[in-house]
Amino acid sequence: MTPPLLPMRHAPSALLANGSEQHAIELRNLCVCYHGKRAFRDISLAVPRGEITALIGPSGCGKSSLLQCLNRLTDMIPGCHVEGDVRVEGLNIMDPAQDLLTLRRHVGMLFQRPNPFPLSIRRNIELPLREHGVIRKPELRARIEQVLDDVGLWDEVRDRLDSPALALSGGQQQRLCLARALALAPRVLLMDEPCSALDPLASAKIEELIVRLRGQYTVLIVTHNLGQARRIADHTGFFWTEDGIGRLVEFAPTHTLFNQPQDPRTRAYIRGERG
Amino acid sequence: MISPQRVDATLLAALRISAGLAGVLLLIIFFFMAAESWAGLRDIGPLRFVLDASWHPEPAAANGSFRITAMVAATLAATAGAVVLATPLAIGAALFLRFYAPPGLAGPFKRIVELLAGVPSVVYGFWGLVVLVPLLATLGGPGQSLLAGILILTLMILPTITLLAHAALVSVPPAYLQAAAALGMSRWTTIRSVALPAARGGLFTGIVLGTGRAAGETMAVLMVCGNIVQLPDSLLAPVRTLTANIALEMAYALGDHRAALFVSGLVLMLLVTGLVLAVARLDASSGRFRHG
Amino acid sequence: MDDWLPASGRTRGRTAAADRTAAGAAWMCAVIVTLAFGWIAADLLWHGLSRLTPGFLFEMPQLSGRAGGLASIIVSTLAILAICLAAAVPIGLGAAILLAEYSRSDRRLGRFVRRSLDVLAGVPSIVFGLFGNAFFCVYLGMGFSLLAGGLTLACMVLPLLIRSLEQGLREVPDDWRNAAAALGMSKAATLRSILLPAALPGLVVGLVLGMGRALAETAALLFTSGYVMRMPGSVMDSGRALSIHIFDLSMNVPGGTGNAYGAAVVLLLMLLTVNLLALAIARRWQLTQPGPL
Ligand SMILES: Nc1ncnc2c1ncn2[C@@H]1O[C@H](COP(=O)(O)OP(=O)(O)O)[C@@H](O)[C@H]1O
Ligand SMILES: [Mg+2]
Repeated sequence: MTPPLLPMRHAPSALLANGSEQHAIELRNLCVCYHGKRAFRDISLAVPRGEITALIGPSGCGKSSLLQCLNRLTDMIPGCHVEGDVRVEGLNIMDPAQDLLTLRRHVGMLFQRPNPFPLSIRRNIELPLREHGVIRKPELRARIEQVLDDVGLWDEVRDRLDSPALALSGGQQQRLCLARALALAPRVLLMDEPCSALDPLASAKIEELIVRLRGQYTVLIVTHNLGQARRIADHTGFFWTEDGIGRLVEFAPTHTLFNQPQDPRTRAYIRGERG
Repeated sequence: MISPQRVDATLLAALRISAGLAGVLLLIIFFFMAAESWAGLRDIGPLRFVLDASWHPEPAAANGSFRITAMVAATLAATAGAVVLATPLAIGAALFLRFYAPPGLAGPFKRIVELLAGVPSVVYGFWGLVVLVPLLATLGGPGQSLLAGILILTLMILPTITLLAHAALVSVPPAYLQAAAALGMSRWTTIRSVALPAARGGLFTGIVLGTGRAAGETMAVLMVCGNIVQLPDSLLAPVRTLTANIALEMAYALGDHRAALFVSGLVLMLLVTGLVLAVARLDASSGRFRHG
Repeated sequence: MDDWLPASGRTRGRTAAADRTAAGAAWMCAVIVTLAFGWIAADLLWHGLSRLTPGFLFEMPQLSGRAGGLASIIVSTLAILAICLAAAVPIGLGAAILLAEYSRSDRRLGRFVRRSLDVLAGVPSIVFGLFGNAFFCVYLGMGFSLLAGGLTLACMVLPLLIRSLEQGLREVPDDWRNAAAALGMSKAATLRSILLPAALPGLVVGLVLGMGRALAETAALLFTSGYVMRMPGSVMDSGRALSIHIFDLSMNVPGGTGNAYGAAVVLLLMLLTVNLLALAIARRWQLTQPGPL
């Protein structure tokens, strides 16, 4: 999988200008409130560039909220307020002057439920590409083929690129969504439980794809599947709620977190899930 | 090529202008109603609408008399009568639809109520005039009467209240009803002590909106009430409502007469606005209640 | 069971009786409503259907409408309707998009618009007539004209139109909004390529509801578009809408009842067509709406 070189209307250099050496994402004292009520408190975290980082923890402790801060999807949620310092590739994305379209073009996202547009397979990828300035037909065609091939979908859909994306199976839809995100050549990929709506086989395929992204993209993935986190993640963060407010309890290399957890809550959670 | 950011900004500006226009329309209407009423309120004065001898308007305030009490009374009587008749019928019909109708009947019956709700008021008025009024005339009097108005208004607000009451009953959480059923409560006990109380906010909204519709209705009452300005002394006496008065006289009204008609329009508008705001407040407070 | 929960026979008997009475009352209400509907429908169709000939639709009215057909009336009605929609749809769609899609950034404007529309929806139509006369006919100098009537109706249908258009947009799942936002697509492109096409059937239903409301209206037109029965030559001419025609024939024209029946049936059929259209679109939409996954 070669990182695609996309001609960009919005130069990516701004994003790469003064990033720190190894960290693609740096959070300092991040807080998210919904209608004045805190969802989580004071999270500080540095996500290594080019690696896969998993976030685990029980439901409702703020993992999705954290992901949505990173591409400022939180801006769309009524009553949501974010405070703290978020740097993506060195850039302060909380800056009110930050252009959201550019940010989101560089920070891709995969959702829990596959969400292809109610359009054809081709249009699903073409639409965002056109939005970001790729308008020449041959280039579009080449790029669509490449990303579909990257996610192993090309052979399955090459004959029906113009049929509705919603007719695909759930696993295929999720792979299409991944292809759509990859087409924009993002720096960072956020994934919010990307496999939890899929059957085990489709889930394994996605997992395999994520592993192949290592090195070229910084992947931040939320998962409820501890086995998955163990298999694919280089680093893992463990979230926990206390009094309804989420916190990051422990963040460590995956094998350390799973084999020598420092915090008793981490230990209990991992053991409980093991059975 | 224009940047997407610029396109978005332009789009948002256009949307804000549209929404703003829609939002200020009410204010514009209030303003024009008030402006047209102003001369009348100044020249005639609010007291004369109550204290004058009769309704014999003239373009110059000094020459005419402007008492509207009889028409206010007619509006109130027709509205009250219609609400009193329509409310139990509508709630009964809504209960039928929600709890008693056999599966095959509920759909068609709902369609009937929806069709009734969609019949234009002029058609109700026409039917009242050619069918109902001759029938009432056999009871004595001219037929065109307060009673005719009440009956037609009942028919008109019945579907409105039924549909809103039904919506309220449907939104009662099924868990409440299941709980009642699991306790071995009879159907009527369940309805009386669980469903109706839980739906009471929606029922009340329906009744208030029905009241507003009855008070503001023009064509139907204009066609069946007889339009004589008098205090109704019996149900079979002809009356003229505020709305009918406007419709009858606007075409030739001038000066203070015209202004007096706008005053009555303004009064109607304020009345209905008050009702709507009361409902909104009620909805908000019952909403607060529901969500703890 | 009776052993440990001794309900007296009398209590149980009374409950059962109340249950039966309530059921009877509910059925009674339903029967009354159905009979009223049947009576109105039967009377109108019985007297009106026989008048529905092609000539009735395409001939000019004569003798104050006692004789002849509805040609100029139908033309005026459609012209008023077209003007009403041409004015109300752009504003209504814009406002609906703002209310549905910018509820976070424009919360205060949204709340103001919503509250104002709620009040507007309850304003009696005769008040719209007064306003239309004062504003369009007199202040803007349009006189009694199709234009003034259509614009007055536009003001009147705006609340219903906006509410149903907004509803149509809100039925579009958030998944697609999130997907588009996460791909850095502009709001304009998201609306144009995804949200509006997906909401189209719902939008059409809203449009159709607005049309129905406008077609049914009489009081707001009495002193805005006027009574004139001639074939209108331009939008600045006065013209008589179908609903006004029914009113005038039945109240002011001796011997006009027959044609009034015919006109009433034509109006009802127009409304019915419009409603069936909305229903068909809504049905079809539900069938083609993709489920999750
Ligand atoms: N749109 C929202 N509005 C209000 N509260 C929300 C919203 N989204 C999430 N929350 C709250 O924020 C907290 C964290 O939620 P979330 O980020 O979805 O957690 P997770 O993904 O770990 O399950 C929860 O308590 C949830 O109730
Ligand atoms: Mg989540």
